[in-house]
Amino acid sequence: MTAAMQELSALDRAIINRLQDGIPVCEAPYAELAAELGTDETTLLQRLQALKAAGYLSRIGPMYNVERMGGAFTLAALRVPEARFDEVAAIVNAFPEVAHNYRRDHAFNMWFVIAVADAADIARVLSRIKAATGLEVYNFPKQEEFYLRLKFDV
Amino acid sequence: MKMHPLQLDDRDRALVALIQKGLPLVPRPYAELGRRIGMAEDEVMQRMDKLRLSGAIKRFGVIVRHRELGYRANAMVVWDVPEAEIAELGNCLARYPFITLCYRRPRRLPHWPYNLFTMIHGQSRAAVCGKLAQVIGECGLDDIPHEILFSRRRFKQCGARYCTAGESVEPARVHEEATA
Repeated sequence: MTAAMQELSALDRAIINRLQDGIPVCEAPYAELAAELGTDETTLLQRLQALKAAGYLSRIGPMYNVERMGGAFTLAALRVPEARFDEVAAIVNAFPEVAHNYRRDHAFNMWFVIAVADAADIARVLSRIKAATGLEVYNFPKQEEFYLRLKFDV
Repeated sequence: MKMHPLQLDDRDRALVALIQKGLPLVPRPYAELGRRIGMAEDEVMQRMDKLRLSGAIKRFGVIVRHRELGYRANAMVVWDVPEAEIAELGNCLARYPFITLCYRRPRRLPHWPYNLFTMIHGQSRAAVCGKLAQVIGECGLDDIPHEILFSRRRFKQCGARYCTAGESVEPARVHEEATA
């Protein structure tokens, strides 16, 4: 268990673990969840507010299936010369279509996700990034998905 | 895995845009959402059900900041797998809870020979390496060339309109993040 997790009460951990699995669509979803967790609605709402304020939760809401909504996303990478790294990062991050960007230890050292509401825009964004940075943009679209689980037990 | 886009009307779109900011922390959150866009609670719930059942919303719950919770190391582990073995190995890798993404993606030769991408989250680099050793042993990956790309810095998360798992995999994920 990490230090951060030790600071969380057993109830906080139970809330985080349970609510990652989903929130029901019904008139009083928090009351229903509270009953399941052995607490009351007021306490649950207070704890959620506190966990959000403390930065443990980014939001309470949907993860969209971008493709199902008519949009698209892809993973792309650049091989950025070390001396240009910060400059190129600023250029790439300025694109509103860039959803997140990680520096990784490799010759392919910049990895980012492009998410667009209209699938046809992927190619346009890739070529604009190439033009703006003067670097080859390597596109790694998903061809097959073996699994998707994004749950962190705390 | 191509899916046809779902037909969304203007009222769906208004709801999608609104709920992206988060479910209100009040006893009747769907009524509150409806109040903001002139929709009855029933209609909000019906449209939410439609979005979820159709797969437009793949998860609806709390989204954690995994770094703040102590999952500080994330590694993209990439594999150069013969085409004939990719389904078997992909499915084997996908069974582990600490592997949060497992995708086949194209090689980019000559610089990039890897066609199977996995994401491993852990509390430290050592923890990630331990998990990697475990799957190499258990899935029989000793002869499969691979590389570990640890993340060093996160510059930006979820600036775009849709947060994907993990890709955050925000993921983001998407796909978080999806992370990537």
